[in-house]
Amino acid sequence: MTADTPAILDGERLRAQLEPLARRVGVRQWDLGASCSTDLSVQVDRGEPKQMKGAERRAITVRVWNEEGLVGITSTSDLSEEGLARALEGANQASAFGNPEDIPAFSPLAKHPLQGEEQPLCDSTSILDLLGRLKDAERDLLSRHAAITTVPYNGLAQRGSERLYLNSDGALRHQRSTTASLYLYARAEEAGRKPRSSGAVRLAHGVAGLDVEGCVAEAAERTISHLAYAPITTGRYICVFSPEAFLDLIGAFSSLFNARAVLDGVSLSRRESLGEAIAVPFLTITDNALNPANIGAALFDGEGTPTAPLTLVDGGVLRHFLHSEATARAFGVAPTGHAGLGAKVSVSPDWFEIGPTPGQPAGEEGLDRLASGGRQSGDGPLVVIDSLSALHAGVKASQGSFSLPFDGWLVAGGESRSIEAATVAGDIRTLLNQLVGFEGPAKATPSGLCPWVWVEGLTITGDA
Amino acid sequence: MVASTSSPPPQGLQATHRWPGDFQDPAWRSHLEPLLAAGRAAGADLVEVFLERSDHLGALAEQDVITNVSPSFGMGAGLRVFRGRHDGFVSTNDLSASGLLSALEQALGMLGLQRLSHGRDGFQGLPPLRDHGAGKDDWLLDSPSLKDATDRLLEGTAALARHGSHLQSRRGSYARDWQEVLVCASDGTFARDIRLHQSLGLSVLAADGDHRASLGRRYGSQGHPDDLREWTPDATAVDLCGSAATMLYADYVEAGQYPVVLANRFGGVIFHEACGHLLETTQVERGTTPFAERVGQPIAHEAVTAIDEGLRDRAFGSLSMDDEGMEPQRTVLIENGILRRFLSDRAGETRTNHPRTGSGRRQSYAFAAASRMRNTYIAPGPHSPEELIASVDRGLYCKAMGGGSVGPTGQFNFAVEEAYLIEQGQIGRPVKGATLIGEAREVLPRISMCANDMELAAGFCGSVSGSIFVTVGQPHIRVDSITVGGR
Repeated sequence: MTADTPAILDGERLRAQLEPLARRVGVRQWDLGASCSTDLSVQVDRGEPKQMKGAERRAITVRVWNEEGLVGITSTSDLSEEGLARALEGANQASAFGNPEDIPAFSPLAKHPLQGEEQPLCDSTSILDLLGRLKDAERDLLSRHAAITTVPYNGLAQRGSERLYLNSDGALRHQRSTTASLYLYARAEEAGRKPRSSGAVRLAHGVAGLDVEGCVAEAAERTISHLAYAPITTGRYICVFSPEAFLDLIGAFSSLFNARAVLDGVSLSRRESLGEAIAVPFLTITDNALNPANIGAALFDGEGTPTAPLTLVDGGVLRHFLHSEATARAFGVAPTGHAGLGAKVSVSPDWFEIGPTPGQPAGEEGLDRLASGGRQSGDGPLVVIDSLSALHAGVKASQGSFSLPFDGWLVAGGESRSIEAATVAGDIRTLLNQLVGFEGPAKATPSGLCPWVWVEGLTITGDA
Repeated sequence: MVASTSSPPPQGLQATHRWPGDFQDPAWRSHLEPLLAAGRAAGADLVEVFLERSDHLGALAEQDVITNVSPSFGMGAGLRVFRGRHDGFVSTNDLSASGLLSALEQALGMLGLQRLSHGRDGFQGLPPLRDHGAGKDDWLLDSPSLKDATDRLLEGTAALARHGSHLQSRRGSYARDWQEVLVCASDGTFARDIRLHQSLGLSVLAADGDHRASLGRRYGSQGHPDDLREWTPDATAVDLCGSAATMLYADYVEAGQYPVVLANRFGGVIFHEACGHLLETTQVERGTTPFAERVGQPIAHEAVTAIDEGLRDRAFGSLSMDDEGMEPQRTVLIENGILRRFLSDRAGETRTNHPRTGSGRRQSYAFAAASRMRNTYIAPGPHSPEELIASVDRGLYCKAMGGGSVGPTGQFNFAVEEAYLIEQGQIGRPVKGATLIGEAREVLPRISMCANDMELAAGFCGSVSGSIFVTVGQPHIRVDSITVGGR
């Protein structure tokens, strides 16, 4: 499944297997999503291999429409003839419980040309090569500072994968991709002080393309920067979110843009919210799976709809929702390429691009979080939020509230000091209207593209 | 991908043979023994094979309609090879003879070993099967049908409608996870088990103008296919709707340091996250637990005794055997504040010398087992819950906890779903948006009072070996001071 191996999923063969099975149980309309992957990964511990893993994985989801038009699915890892037959039969049985009020159909775009281009496929490397590279990276990171004694969380992995969509109407999509990832999370401790930790991640199409040096340097810099720490006094602060932290926060509240959540009544947005201002007038948020920096981008979604850029917020105004075929039909628009495959089809974002609205004043200018006194205007201290934790527990997406632990620094009087332990709390609707401006160019991260983001007046809870 | 050798299959393996489908089939022994022998002959200290068949059913009700049914089934194998302190792990869902052989060769290759064409050195064959699955073969058939399950869910969402107000969303979800596992290893481990976990949850989103509250309750059981039928939707709905009505108009809590009383049942998540994970040998291996050298020393207030076990009937985290074939134990972790023992698995024993405790667990064949918690709880103490509340002049009562996590240096955090201020020893007005944050070393000595009302609650725990079924629990406890994040 890498550049040096042939494709495993054969759409026409699967179709030839499935068609007679479907006829046998009286199913005339069906579709199918399949995936397979080959993974290799290594972890090390102070120069020694800790764990080496390999995995071969196959999965398939069959969806059928029964005689009453109701939909059922079944998933399995068994791609044999017997497995397919059992999956088809299971889907047919499940269809008796299909929801007559919300019946998905084939995407009208499932046979349209794809908009994106295949990403490069890279050759795989051996596990011993992975091990050697990760040992070198760990050694390099340990040498950066005497206080860095271990890298307890680390990993170097490569993956080759395939995805396939086909349906009884003749649609067939197939995509192959290769990815590699490196993460280094170091722990540093000085005598009489609490241990501190931080890290960095890099993605690439193949192992040879990984920015190992950059990952080591960033992990070291971040970890060392937290060694000198102090508690922070509870209060309201101007906060500066790193690109990673702001993308995490927007991702956690992506139900704002999710048509499925809107229809289910669990989004803060309503059908009528389109066209309403939800943020400062200089904020634009686009979902764009096809950005070249999005490693492993999907060219089509679970229903075969091509992925494409979609402006969600423009000039602070909510412009579009993310859609599946069913939600798009309910809204009278075209599917947007954000669907899963199911009886009730899930909708999810791909990769955010966040930044200033072209042609609009981009908020306060000349922001520099490292400048003496914080803002150029000489206001009070800043809290720089480097990374957020526990988003699964601290975000109430349907309420709009968040209360999240973070790693970061207090910048005051030209001095930057790591914060010992603290949480940041607020409401996403308020936050989007309290953006001060953006700092620096947008940075590409694994989950999107974003500059540093300044926000007025969030509550920080500390130990001081 | 590690290059495969071109050696012929070992004796007893036919490259084109497809394994039997039932792990009770005695043919498995004759198919697996040559794999173990081949691994040992290649120079491995130990070879372990974990085989799994699974059958999952998920259903979702929204308002008064079933909106999603998602069945799935599968098979897979995880092969692990140890040599010294190192191991290689390969998982596959190709259970053909050639697929398993290829996986073994990959795992051997990770350790610089190569399969030989023959030889059984160091492997004496498998003993008789320890069949923990005996008597459980009908569990899958006896568990609720899809119609039973969806009917019960609709009873649940209807009960929410009857008992709730301002409910913008009413949801019920059901999951049934059936698993048959077979574990064999070259040290003579050969055991089979069948597991059945069922969980059922109700959740609501209440909304009135700008006021919103989302809460849920989850019920889980292990074994006992009839448990779903014994669930009483009205009782759950009354409890949940009462909490939603209270929290809908609650103010945000003011951030600061508070003494806190944590309710029983799911309040135990604080111990699970803050301490339990730090007592797993995976944390000792990483050097990320502050308690690694503290066995026999005080790490908590003397009021605290904490236990992890896999034995309690019906509890979500109970096991007949762990995922390495070892029967579970009752492990006293902390006794009157003194650290007694770590939870250990096979790798943990090899690398840290802490003896195995029947705690080697994994989500599925796709994960190598790791030391994980089972049913973990703080033992009951001598006080009544009312005494704990009365002991606090101004603080916070955390009635229902949300999720939480622990960081790599021991810092933890928990969301509080339902909280009330305590003023002059009395429970006062509700507050929302609270997050408890702290560090295990600092908080454990502050658990100064335990009540006499210990109860357990089902949950899911995600960590290095995937998401597993666990139970958390405790009586009401008092924490003398903790940082509360809020507005």
